[in-house]
Amino acid sequence: MLRLAALEWFPIRWNRKPALHLGLVTISRREVVSASLAIALALAVLLSCGAASAATLDQVKDRGHLVCGSNLGLAGFGLQDDHGAWAGLDIDFCRAVAAAIFGDASKARFLPLSSKDRFTALQSGEIDLLARNTTWTLSREAGQGFLFAAITYFDGQGFLVRKKQNLDSALDLAGASICVQQGTTTELNLADFFRANNMKYEPVVFATADEAVRAYEASRCDAYTTDASGLYVEQRKLAEPDAHVVLPEIISKEPLGPVVRQGDDQWFNLVRWVAFALLDAEELGVTSKNVDDKARSEVPDVRRLLGFEGNFGEALGLGSDWAYRIVKLVGNYGEIFDRNLGEGSNLKIKRGINALWSKGGLHYAPPVR
Amino acid sequence: MRRRSDEAAAHRRLAAPLSRLATSPALRRTLVQVAVAAVLGGLLVAAFLDVRSNMEARGIPTGFGFLDDPAGFDINQSLIAYSATSTYGRAFLVGLLNTCLVAAIGLVLSTLLGFLVGIARLSPNMLLRGLASAYVEGLRNVPLLLQLLFWYNAVLRPLPPPSEALLLPFGSALTNRGLYLPAPIAAQSLAPVALAALLGMGVAFVLFRRMRGRHGPAQGVRVAVIALALVLPPVLATAAFGWPVTFERPELGRFNYAGGLRLTPELVALVMGLSLYTAAFIAEVVRAGLEAVPRGQSEAAAALGLDASRTYRFVLIPQAMRLIVPLLTSQYLNLVKNSSLAVFVGYPDLVQVFAGTVLNQTGAAVQVVLVTMAVYLAISLVASAAMNLYNRRVALVER
Repeated sequence: MLRLAALEWFPIRWNRKPALHLGLVTISRREVVSASLAIALALAVLLSCGAASAATLDQVKDRGHLVCGSNLGLAGFGLQDDHGAWAGLDIDFCRAVAAAIFGDASKARFLPLSSKDRFTALQSGEIDLLARNTTWTLSREAGQGFLFAAITYFDGQGFLVRKKQNLDSALDLAGASICVQQGTTTELNLADFFRANNMKYEPVVFATADEAVRAYEASRCDAYTTDASGLYVEQRKLAEPDAHVVLPEIISKEPLGPVVRQGDDQWFNLVRWVAFALLDAEELGVTSKNVDDKARSEVPDVRRLLGFEGNFGEALGLGSDWAYRIVKLVGNYGEIFDRNLGEGSNLKIKRGINALWSKGGLHYAPPVR
Repeated sequence: MRRRSDEAAAHRRLAAPLSRLATSPALRRTLVQVAVAAVLGGLLVAAFLDVRSNMEARGIPTGFGFLDDPAGFDINQSLIAYSATSTYGRAFLVGLLNTCLVAAIGLVLSTLLGFLVGIARLSPNMLLRGLASAYVEGLRNVPLLLQLLFWYNAVLRPLPPPSEALLLPFGSALTNRGLYLPAPIAAQSLAPVALAALLGMGVAFVLFRRMRGRHGPAQGVRVAVIALALVLPPVLATAAFGWPVTFERPELGRFNYAGGLRLTPELVALVMGLSLYTAAFIAEVVRAGLEAVPRGQSEAAAALGLDASRTYRFVLIPQAMRLIVPLLTSQYLNLVKNSSLAVFVGYPDLVQVFAGTVLNQTGAAVQVVLVTMAVYLAISLVASAAMNLYNRRVALVER
């Protein structure tokens, strides 16, 4: 069956010499080799089938690190600097999960994924968690087998255009060419917006945001569209940022958050409650700087969050100090936002609807109790 | 007597399969083959069932029902009617046709250019030879993706925005959004005029047959009569019914030209990149084929007094073709497969539309990738079958 070139020079006459005598039947070496190959193949496949479905948390612990799907490069959300170090809101979220599991925020590794490839990577188990400015939609949960654990950023789609075109509104874009990145809700919202307003347009679709922005800059398109946060980021990268302007309309709701596979409730709960712990910590005024002082706090909510009362961490499959580790090593939601997107970054995006509910925003986390 | 021995043989065959197994290596070999094939087949079936049950467990769509769902996204170049309300199946067709369009144009251009460059590489003219070599070495050794990005920028950058379009004759316009041409639109009079033209052709053919031979009218008269038969009916029909074709001119709107025929910069860049790249390989195939024709052939052609172009046309290329065609086939297949890099220059081909946007919106990764692979396989098989047919025609017929 199988004949390798090397066997031709093998000192034993491979094909001819009998190998086994079983009473009447004599079996040649060649037959022994083919039969054992077939059996080995069958065993290998059977074994690999069995190993496929273990709990994600156990897999992560065994592996010793968390693998997150991240953006190819979007400042403020997930971007590698010149030294290869990752930074961004989504990146810090993954680090918070790693901190909760391992007590070490550096045990998160990142796999950069295009918007097109991200879901396949999660489906196939290549990543444990997708934190890549991904919009929560019905079809992604009910239709594609994912679950969104929480919302980490409330975004909405907008348009970036050239100032010299004197546009006041996205409703003036009838007949325009619009550059867009492939495989996103952006592409669908764009079609919806123009259909709803009965306007024609030309979509020019690219594999990555970089190519779409470059084509916009080369004036192939009249507008570039993506989530508003992304527009501000990309605008700063253009040769002349001041020659461009973001139109006032936000044409869609884009709640962005971390995504996990369906079928592993333990892992889903863990990821979801890391997001809630970040928000609860901000609400309770627990920061990475004062978390050790807060350990002496008498406020029941703070004591429960930091693990001095109750066994909430263990219910998640973690240590009781899970939230303490998150805040100590990564910070609360407000600190993460400020560092990556807000006043502490060079993007200077306002909290707006991303403020806590108690400060006029939409972020509202259930209590730890 | 004979009957008895037959019976005995039959009896032996039935009664002693084990001893036959022991004595016949051929039977054993067949059994092993069957066993291995069964194991492999079983594994494939098990893998298929495993994938399906895993997909079902995670709520991932398993069938092809998604092809009937509305797509909800737009595509900027389509050879068939398509809008955001069309189905995913329709979007698949749009992508497939766009891939075929690029492949068809690319095959023709790369073949023409490849033959020219391949012949130029053997030219006695040193400059021409040097240029052809530089072309081949340069383009063959730069990754195609870089070339595509280069051409896309080379096409886009120098062209003006629509507001400053280069205006060409007949209302055509060249901008960085593409080349806009007047589109021919059939008028109601197209049918009678076409009918009249066909009639004229029939009459001309009959006249041509009738006037052949030594006893017919003089050459000048013949040409005049036939020309009249060809031209007069459609002209009269046009006079009676009006122009058969009107042209829709592209009109400049606020952002873009609308209407007319349009060649997008994405298509141009992709076709240029693919054709120039593949032509470099085809040139080498052509050169190798020509060089394999024995020198005596071109010397004999020269001795017969054939000039260079006739030597190529009637002596060298026909003999070289039987070496060139099989190699050309694999270059054609490469071109078709390489067209899947379209997504990097924003051209809506099969991979961009179907294995990109549709896959992402539906989550049906397994089905979409399988279908895409099957389509490329089918295109390749059809192309190589066609080339094999052609190869049989040009192959040396041994007598």
